[in-house]
Amino acid sequence: MAFQILLNVVLALVWMFLSHSYNPSSFIVGYLLGILLLLGFRKFFNSRFYMQRVWAVIKLFFLFIKELIMANISVLKVILKPKLDMKPGIFALETELKNPWEITLLANLITLTPGTLVIDVSDDNKVLYIHAMDINDVQSDIDAIKNSFEKAIMEVSR
Amino acid sequence: MTEIEISKIIVGLLVLLGAFLSAVSAFGIIRLPDVYTRNHAASKSATLGVISVMLAAFIYFYAEHGHFNSRVILGILFVFFTAPVSGHLISRAAYNSGVKLWDKSVRDDLKNKKK
Repeated sequence: MAFQILLNVVLALVWMFLSHSYNPSSFIVGYLLGILLLLGFRKFFNSRFYMQRVWAVIKLFFLFIKELIMANISVLKVILKPKLDMKPGIFALETELKNPWEITLLANLITLTPGTLVIDVSDDNKVLYIHAMDINDVQSDIDAIKNSFEKAIMEVSR
Repeated sequence: MTEIEISKIIVGLLVLLGAFLSAVSAFGIIRLPDVYTRNHAASKSATLGVISVMLAAFIYFYAEHGHFNSRVILGILFVFFTAPVSGHLISRAAYNSGVKLWDKSVRDDLKNKKK
């Protein structure tokens, strides 16, 4: 991926030399043309076309913001309810992610989701221990959300 | 309606929302029964409250004075990335030093790991 970005920058510099104008706007034009060129030659690279990965990062960021807002609404509901009738508990979640930064990102996302908070990660990085605010009605929903997060993170790192 | 008026309304709403969320989070810290549920309130509501107040300050200075303050944006990103980590560390330290869960808690899978 880093190689493709570097190649794109070099192509933009070549475009600046060819068109004899050394300013930011011609760099941007050259960069856009370089993206098209890399798109045309994408089957000669080992990894994917890198703009796909940039797009996946942008999608993950918006997922992050959406979950933060949803989490706040659900915490608000629990706090402002007149009776404290939630059922907290700790459950284990097995993860397929391997790299440490992926697991950190997943833990951060889970901490910001509605009603869940990561308490511990097992020593072999396979299991996350999660404290849930209301364990009965969320268990299946949460698993669905986790799967979507894991998929979004894998989309980035694949 | 001019641009400045619209931005004033947005700034007012964001400041009020941030103050409300911070108040709810403080209320939750008083009201909830144990460390872990309090941590839920502290790590979520306070984060979004601080972020919306800082966003309001940024929009105010940008719209009224035309001053683009990049430090506020960096502050928002910093809070956004560090608040969940601090929540995780506090509850993990509490669990490892043996703080009990609330007595109405239903499950504890972490107990099996320790054995």
